[in-house]
Amino acid sequence: MQISEDLIRQITSAVLDQMSHGDAGKSAGSAASIPSLAGRERINQEHTSYADYPRAKKGTDPKEVVIGVGAAFQKEIKKTICGIPLDDVLRNVKAGIEEEGMIPRVVKILDTSDVCFMALEAAKLSGSGIGIGIQSKGTTVIHQRDLYPLSNLELFPQAPLMTLETYRHIGQNAAKYVKGEQVVPIPCENDPMSRPRYQVKAAIMHIAETEQLDPEVGAVEWEG
Amino acid sequence: MKRSKRIEALDKRPVNLDGYIDEWPEMGFVAMSSPYDPKPSVRVEGGKIVELDGKQRDDFDFLDQFIADYAINIDRAEASMSVSSLDIARMIVDINVSRKEILDLISGITPAKMTEVMNQLNVVELMMGMQKIRARRTPGNQAHITNLKDDPVQIAADAAEGALRGFAEEETTMGVARYAPLSAMALLIGSQVGRPGVLTQCSAEEATELELGIRGLTTYAETLSVYGTEKVFIDGDDTPYSKAFLNSAYASRGLKVRFTSGSGSEVLMGSSEKKSMLYLECRCLFVTKGAGSQGIQNGSVSCIGVTGSVPAGIREVLAENLVAALLGLECASSNDQSFSNSDMRRTARTMLEFLPGTDFIFSGYAAEPNYDNMFAGSNFDAEDFDDYNVLQRDMQVDGGLKPVTEEEVIRVRNKAARAVQAVFRSLGLSPVTDEQVEAVTYAHGSKDTLPRDVTADLAAAEDVLKRGITGIDVVKALAETGFEDVASSVLNMLKQRVAGDYMQTAAILDRNFHVMSGVNTPNDYMGPGTGYRVDGERWEEIKNIPHRINPYDI
Repeated sequence: MQISEDLIRQITSAVLDQMSHGDAGKSAGSAASIPSLAGRERINQEHTSYADYPRAKKGTDPKEVVIGVGAAFQKEIKKTICGIPLDDVLRNVKAGIEEEGMIPRVVKILDTSDVCFMALEAAKLSGSGIGIGIQSKGTTVIHQRDLYPLSNLELFPQAPLMTLETYRHIGQNAAKYVKGEQVVPIPCENDPMSRPRYQVKAAIMHIAETEQLDPEVGAVEWEG
Repeated sequence: MKRSKRIEALDKRPVNLDGYIDEWPEMGFVAMSSPYDPKPSVRVEGGKIVELDGKQRDDFDFLDQFIADYAINIDRAEASMSVSSLDIARMIVDINVSRKEILDLISGITPAKMTEVMNQLNVVELMMGMQKIRARRTPGNQAHITNLKDDPVQIAADAAEGALRGFAEEETTMGVARYAPLSAMALLIGSQVGRPGVLTQCSAEEATELELGIRGLTTYAETLSVYGTEKVFIDGDDTPYSKAFLNSAYASRGLKVRFTSGSGSEVLMGSSEKKSMLYLECRCLFVTKGAGSQGIQNGSVSCIGVTGSVPAGIREVLAENLVAALLGLECASSNDQSFSNSDMRRTARTMLEFLPGTDFIFSGYAAEPNYDNMFAGSNFDAEDFDDYNVLQRDMQVDGGLKPVTEEEVIRVRNKAARAVQAVFRSLGLSPVTDEQVEAVTYAHGSKDTLPRDVTADLAAAEDVLKRGITGIDVVKALAETGFEDVASSVLNMLKQRVAGDYMQTAAILDRNFHVMSGVNTPNDYMGPGTGYRVDGERWEEIKNIPHRINPYDI
């Protein structure tokens, strides 16, 4: 059977929608109507090419904070795991950085979809040595270029609990690390029911991000 | 469409908040068996395995090679592989075939063969298998002891209460990682106040965790993670060899240690190689055995949201626990992560390990309210204590816990908090006020406690590492501040590392510091009338729940 690309998109969004809302009306009717994904090896048939984009450069401005976004960011994936538009996420992180008098620069990381390594790569590209990694599902890390990959300055592992205020606060804190101020880490949040509700969706979003990687290209300037 | 009121009511049930997905083997969303799983095979040449599950030695990845070289009994391999998977499955549930015979047979099979054997067993048969194959005769239980504030005083009090309630092991972790030395110390002290002989660990970054162990601030370790595909291993900057090396580092200092694995992690990382979750977990468990670990924490663990989302996912979770036991490993069988919005579903999932009994039914049970659980929530928490005790009583099953009285709870919580206060004062660490001791004594969770001075605590934590404070310093501080009994218990825990007996498979300690392991108290179940039975004193203890009717009051 031939399945068109559009159909696949529909299926994927139907599956994602159903899981994100657990939303009554829809799930009842659609239970029998989810077409099987068995046999398909990708979520998005198309692999976006970034070959024509300018490669990300290492910055020299000591006031710079580099934000490294995921491979599918604002392209294949437009909203975080809890439905916040990625445009708004980025706008708030940048605003947070600017409010503290520092300068944001956004790159898209195509080597890795692991948020710690993404953030570290952003930090290494950053003129100040401070970087922020944001996966398309919303998971975020603030990193510093001379730390171990799996260590970090601040980590926000529970993407479903993130709000635009948190993203703005992350921008502000990153900028404060640049200024060498004493930074109060953003308090931990914990929702024990995040896992049952969101973990499968997280897996699918991570796969959708990972399949857009292009290590040959590495990292590209994305905006700003 | 006009909505049915019945369906509307059902749609609102908590179970429909959970995530479910159809099988999708290409992405690894398949529990027990994928069309891409390899067919079992083995070929031995010149005392070496040259073919494993359809792959030639030249094509081995590092997991295949490690498994072929260290995890399979080569002398037995061809004989064991010639027995059909169905026959092996039948022997597992046959009460006339002993655990030892099965373990010998299993020692020669491959991961793909193990997967095939598990696919022959339904959940009841898997439970029968677990009842017979688990290493230690008596089942056990482990607690998580954490809180949102990383308050060491609360850790000590919750550890004391948890130990009193029957947990044989207690594990802590932190929201702010730098708290680790204080958390480890508070857990060590609190556990021994509640019940001498309880083992403790502090889940932290690997190098920190090892250092705390070497210093005697913890008495076992658990967070040595292994994965089922090469890609995921490499992403974690690891190999089976590096894990084996870390395992030896603990062993060299006489510390009990177990590995951690669990299905779903490869799916979550997007590197499942299209294999079933069970097959990949079998590879993890063979690596664990090959690395010389005495045991494993598994059962999907923190990826339960993935394994639990696919058909037969929970059957798979029990199957992977049983595989661990079949390889002769101690099995701490998860149940340690929030899994479902439905109370019915989360309880049913735990019954699969609770009823047959495992070495540790939970790894761990949140001995604080779940909002304080820094492992992102456990499947059962402190508010479920009475439910759990009633389940033990209803079914005459030993789940490792016991009912307690309010007076005892208050007494041990207070003593643990005061002991930490005294030790911190004696070692010149951050101060603990009498008001904090009082609040923690009567608290349910961190919402009932006073704030800590985080800056002072973190400075003290750093100081513990810098000054080289060890378990012996804790013993001295306890002894000098009037807590001689606790000092003696902590000292006895440190002595275990010299004796080394508690490094044997599935070891726990009783209140007199006697080891009970799979070696000196092995599981001898062979059907009705044999094996561990809940009776005598232990049964009286379980029966003794609060809120029983007193006929004289009527």
